[in-house]
Amino acid sequence: MAFGPHLLLAALEGLVQAAVLALTALGLSLVFGVMRVVNVAHGEFFMLGAVLAWGVTTAVSGHPALGFAAALVVAPLAIGAVALLSERLVLRRLDYNPEATIVATIGLLYILQQAALTFYGPEARPVVPPFNIRLQLPWFGYSAYKLSVIGASAVVLAATWFVLARTRIGLVMRATQYDRETATAFGIPVERVYAGVFALGAMLAAVAAVLIVPISQAHYLMGADPLLLSFIVVIIGGLGSLRGTVVAALLIGLSDGIVSVFFSPTLAKIIATLAVALVLVFRPQGLFGQAAR
Amino acid sequence: MAAVTPAPREPLMSVRGLSRHFGGLKAVDGVDFDVPAGQVRAIIGPNGAGKTTFVGMICGRIPPSAGTIRFDGADITDMPAHRRVLAGIAYTFQITSVFANLSVRDNVALAVQRRHVGGKGGRLSPRAFAAEIDAALARVGLADRAGETAGNLAYGHQRLLEVAMGLALSPRLLILDEPTQGLSDAEIDGFIGLVRGIAGDTTVLLIEHNMPVVMALAERITVMDQGRVIAEGTPAEVRGNRAVQAAYLGAPVDA
Amino acid sequence: MSPAAPHGRVIALHLAVVALLFAGEFVLPAYHHGVMARIMVLAVFAMGYNLLFGYTGLLSLGHAMFFAAGMYGAGLTAYHLGWSVAAAFPAGIVAGAAVSAGIALLALRTTGVAFMIVTMMFAQVGYLLTLYFGNWTRGEEGLTLAPAARLLGPFDFTDPATRYFAALALFAVVLFLTLAVVRAPFGRVLVAIRENEERTRMLGYDTFANKLAATVLSGTICASAGAAYALLFGYFGSTFATVAYSILPLLWVLVGGAATTLGPFLGTLAMYYLVDISNDVLNRHFPNWDMSYLGTVGVALVLLVLFFPKGLLGTLRQRWMAWLP
Repeated sequence: MAFGPHLLLAALEGLVQAAVLALTALGLSLVFGVMRVVNVAHGEFFMLGAVLAWGVTTAVSGHPALGFAAALVVAPLAIGAVALLSERLVLRRLDYNPEATIVATIGLLYILQQAALTFYGPEARPVVPPFNIRLQLPWFGYSAYKLSVIGASAVVLAATWFVLARTRIGLVMRATQYDRETATAFGIPVERVYAGVFALGAMLAAVAAVLIVPISQAHYLMGADPLLLSFIVVIIGGLGSLRGTVVAALLIGLSDGIVSVFFSPTLAKIIATLAVALVLVFRPQGLFGQAAR
Repeated sequence: MAAVTPAPREPLMSVRGLSRHFGGLKAVDGVDFDVPAGQVRAIIGPNGAGKTTFVGMICGRIPPSAGTIRFDGADITDMPAHRRVLAGIAYTFQITSVFANLSVRDNVALAVQRRHVGGKGGRLSPRAFAAEIDAALARVGLADRAGETAGNLAYGHQRLLEVAMGLALSPRLLILDEPTQGLSDAEIDGFIGLVRGIAGDTTVLLIEHNMPVVMALAERITVMDQGRVIAEGTPAEVRGNRAVQAAYLGAPVDA
Repeated sequence: MSPAAPHGRVIALHLAVVALLFAGEFVLPAYHHGVMARIMVLAVFAMGYNLLFGYTGLLSLGHAMFFAAGMYGAGLTAYHLGWSVAAAFPAGIVAGAAVSAGIALLALRTTGVAFMIVTMMFAQVGYLLTLYFGNWTRGEEGLTLAPAARLLGPFDFTDPATRYFAALALFAVVLFLTLAVVRAPFGRVLVAIRENEERTRMLGYDTFANKLAATVLSGTICASAGAAYALLFGYFGSTFATVAYSILPLLWVLVGGAATTLGPFLGTLAMYYLVDISNDVLNRHFPNWDMSYLGTVGVALVLLVLFFPKGLLGTLRQRWMAWLP
């Protein structure tokens, strides 16, 4: 294949990755932005979404699209429930202290991983995509499902933006993010907002995982990469900035896709991680966020 | 460094054109200020006048937007805060900032340690070290609370602890930011006696809202409003100054 | 911070611990020999971490890179350059000091959560580098040192007894070093920085310089543990550079009691046997459940941080033994 089409292929692959990454990272960014805590177990919510998707699609017989639709509904709800439980049992008791929360979510990470290992097993298992249409472009054929992932992600992102920017719930969330104490003074039930945000973050990760799992496979260790990449996106895009998250996800997803095609993936990861660490050191507000109040 | 204070030709501290802007807001606007060695100088003014920002720039916590600061014959405008402490400027916080989880004794120990380990004092034996801590605590009247956890002290006592830490540094210039807030009348009297006792050896810069304390202690008063110095003089002069009255009461100055 | 602790009592306690471990060589059954040797080396890792986390209050999630720096510094020079133990061990320590100094100069520009993330990311880069240079490091597979490379004069580290005493020697040195540091003026400044950094700065302390010194000291101690691990047990690989080895010392210190001198050792000991025993028990009752140490570590972390944040010795010190350093 000539260079141009090869680049286009890499870009498309990158877009798919970026679409999924944007959703996952948005989940992390919301939690980080509103609650000011780092959820190290975020990648495990992603992994559980994928694992549950496998479970649901294998349980539902008939056309794969049915099972997939079911997974798209069941997985996020279930993961949201797990997140709510963790928030109530653990995070709330720690009063969202940043250091304690990180340690606790590290523990949660291991517990969720162990649970997946025990009940799902160490193997990687594929999930059948809901449809198998191939789009014939002039230079190569491309999976229509992958393109639909980009579309689906865009829809969810737009919906989230709408909720945040135009609804009362979104206003309440933004108020709590901006100033927790004033929000309490205004009668906003901050603890319920936190619970809701934490659940929402987990659900976004679960949706992203359900979307990607027909393309990759479900494996109990698959949460590590999304976690790291989400961190990178959130840091570069700036805390709590939806626009920043999307732009950064595009940047990371595309460059990761393109660089991985032409260079060794390890080297790509090294450069990406190093770049992000340096951004955090020298420009902590990221490229779009505001400096901390 | 000379062991003897030179004859007062140059003021101990000299500030020229000191300013601090926050965006469009001029918290401190072109202040000139001199303090001769040994003086007790009060800075007063309504809330938001810029007093704390001003001393914040002197002790190095806040970087100035413009201006210069000279202390003890040297230009310290670019000197980092911790080195200014070693040079002889000590600051007690407006919002109490002690080591809440450590004992009162351990709090003062850190100040004493600074002076003697790497500072200008010599090395101390453990007994002499303990004696200095005791002396510092006795001076502010906290000797009987030495073993208590600092965070459990009453607010007023925490402020006294702050003063004790400042004094334990044996500073040339001691900056006290609203030190009597939260103190009982008896404690305020004790505080006045304390400052009178150290004046002369130590130069004191006092930010206060409590006027009786200011009148009792200050040899000279600088009045600030909206980032500028609007009056300066002896207590009597300042009391009668119309601009000062207007700043406090909001009345227009008579023509 | 403990009050002026009776000097004699503290020294006696630490000497007793070392003496107990010394006696252990003769009293313990063979299996526990090997385990204890490993625990002592890992406890050195934990003590290094405790210096920065417990005493200075800086939570790093990247200390695996310091451990690995020491490990690869010693391992690679021994394996590829044929350096003797006497040269490879210092090489590991120097590597650790260099890495910690470089990382500190960058990472200490951040605080709190940012510091945690930055250290984690730098450590991740370190791990990826061990994979990228797989030609020299053999990545996850790792490298084994020939028995000939593990000799120090008359001491042969392939012999379990020699290994045990070597590990004990390193442990004792670092234990007393830590004790000296935390009771010295420097140690008090670190605690002050942990308690109220701004106040410490305004008392005239150069907090950046102190934090830098603490990080380099911490990193170098952890590197010495890594170097010892490679040379004593004859194996080194990328696994030791993964994020798990940044989280384990945190766990060990939390269990044993942060900001206590003996806490790290107790924590390492306790967690090791807890994981061992729970694995046995769980795998006996649930043989198909594939129980690994993951779950135990996770549950331990959550319970600790919820109910037992001061750990074993920390709680002991708070309730009964205020003089414990």
